[in-house]
Amino acid sequence: MGRYIVRRLLAVIPVLAGVILVVFILSTIVPGDPARILSGQRGDPETIERIRREMGLNLPWYVQMVRFYRDALTFDLGRSYRNNMKVTEAICQRIPVSAKLAGAALLVAVPFGMILGIISAVRQYSIWDYASMILALLGVSVPVFFFGLLTIVVFCVKLGWLPGTGYGGLRYLILPAITLGLRPAALIARITRSSMLEVIRQDYIRTARSKGVHERSVVLRHALRNAMIPVVTVIGVDVPSLLSGAMLTETIFCWPGIGRLAVEAVINRDFPIQRGVVLFMALVFLGATLIVDLSYGLFDPRVRYE
Amino acid sequence: MSDTGARTPETSGVMPPARATVRKADREEVGRSLWYYAWLRLKRNKSAMLGLALVSLIVFSAVFAPFITRYDPIEQLIWTEGPSAQLALPSAKHWFGTDLYGRDVFSRVIYGTRVSLRLAIAATVISIVIGTTLGALAGYYGGFVDDVVSWLISVIFAFPFLLFVITIVAYLPPSDTLVYTAIGVVSWIGVGRIVRGQVMSIKETEFIQAAVASGASDARIIFKHILPNVIAPVIVSATLGMGGIVMLEAGLTYLGFGTQPPTPSWGYMISRGQEYLLAGKWWWSIFPGIAICIAVLGFNLLGDGLRDALDPRLKQ
Repeated sequence: MGRYIVRRLLAVIPVLAGVILVVFILSTIVPGDPARILSGQRGDPETIERIRREMGLNLPWYVQMVRFYRDALTFDLGRSYRNNMKVTEAICQRIPVSAKLAGAALLVAVPFGMILGIISAVRQYSIWDYASMILALLGVSVPVFFFGLLTIVVFCVKLGWLPGTGYGGLRYLILPAITLGLRPAALIARITRSSMLEVIRQDYIRTARSKGVHERSVVLRHALRNAMIPVVTVIGVDVPSLLSGAMLTETIFCWPGIGRLAVEAVINRDFPIQRGVVLFMALVFLGATLIVDLSYGLFDPRVRYE
Repeated sequence: MSDTGARTPETSGVMPPARATVRKADREEVGRSLWYYAWLRLKRNKSAMLGLALVSLIVFSAVFAPFITRYDPIEQLIWTEGPSAQLALPSAKHWFGTDLYGRDVFSRVIYGTRVSLRLAIAATVISIVIGTTLGALAGYYGGFVDDVVSWLISVIFAFPFLLFVITIVAYLPPSDTLVYTAIGVVSWIGVGRIVRGQVMSIKETEFIQAAVASGASDARIIFKHILPNVIAPVIVSATLGMGGIVMLEAGLTYLGFGTQPPTPSWGYMISRGQEYLLAGKWWWSIFPGIAICIAVLGFNLLGDGLRDALDPRLKQ
């Protein structure tokens, strides 16, 4: 297991280097001179020149690139054009807010999706199967912002049960969590179904049944466990998209998380924040896929000896 | 390319009278194309047929938009018909009602298919061209080329799609070309992965060895012998990808990037209409929302169906 972990960790390095490179290239294609933006409307040439020198903008591109690598790896991503807040600080402030929403969405999506998937696999071609697969199809076909709006109209405007927008306690969390959880729930349902269908035909399931194991135990212990790998992959790969997919959800529900931060940054043309969020999300993604890879090793010992 | 895929089975199915007899006899018959059998399988798949119907509906609306609608999508009827044309309820005259500026929502939804479809097709073509080229090179040559392409795929894959596209689009002067190029340049990785994997496994087959032994050039082997065998999975992934791009474009315009007003775009209509939706004037946002769902659902159902039809091994 130790060697497996080391190998996985080493494999991340080139990808990480590439991610930082892409973000650097993005900053070079963005039009507008940061020094001019920072010095404001009345910036005189000397101030601009001074800021350019301070920021290292007058250096050749490869020096700037090396500097950017250094900054990115030490999480020193500059300051917001807007309120001069440190980019890392601005992001860190929003992490718990987004994590709360993402966690709640997962709490909705994982049980709901897995139960739908298991039911439809165990009762293949039954009415339950069709019902849950139609649900899963709608889940991936309805745009998240449209669904969010509909939930606000129904549960807030018409029924008046829940607050529509804003950030606060549990009551504020329910609608955004359902909205954000819809898509992963649908994906999990589909992948659980197909993975279960594959496993349930295996010889060892027949063996378990024939030796008289209780059906529930066959499904949950023998089949589900072996069907988990693709499910774990989908969950793991989807966690980062819960943070970034949250861009739309957070915008609709006025949820002050990282997704909202990104949208605000684009609207305000606050490039350092924008760049910081892009980099942050890519790092979260790399972290999550790494954890998924490592958990393969736990779920399936064969993977370790590849 | 997804176009040809949809057309080939259709044209081969243009002889329905003898269908029942043909289908039985056909099992023994030699010389029927892969596409013919795929079409037979597709035709028996109800959800795929529903998907095809929905996609046809969207395509039909886009092509015949001027003939279906009575009003110009950007004509503001408050100037000609007075304030009664403002936010009018759906009626016989305005099937989907009118918006704040007295524009006919039905016309805007119908013309919106043009915007979405054009963008989805353009972005898909770009992603197929890049994805197939790089994927084939990586799969065929392996080694260093493969390392570079695979590295590129995992790097791009690490970025959240929507945010990445917004970052490219937001700071440059807005234009449709920019939007679909940005989407295409980011979304080729799906196709690239599939093509790479397919090419790698096809490369090892006997008929490729035979081609190599008979002295065929690399280009000939790739274009004549390998790529035709990759078309099916590429069509599947392109069809599914079209749904994703329609959704992405809607999200992009909802946030205010992408297609610029007054061009009728579904995402923009939803975002402009949402405060009126909350106030009970639902038609401005709801109809474009339904249109997006129809388009995405259509492409998803058709894509799933095509996968089952083109690769029966995957079917359960």
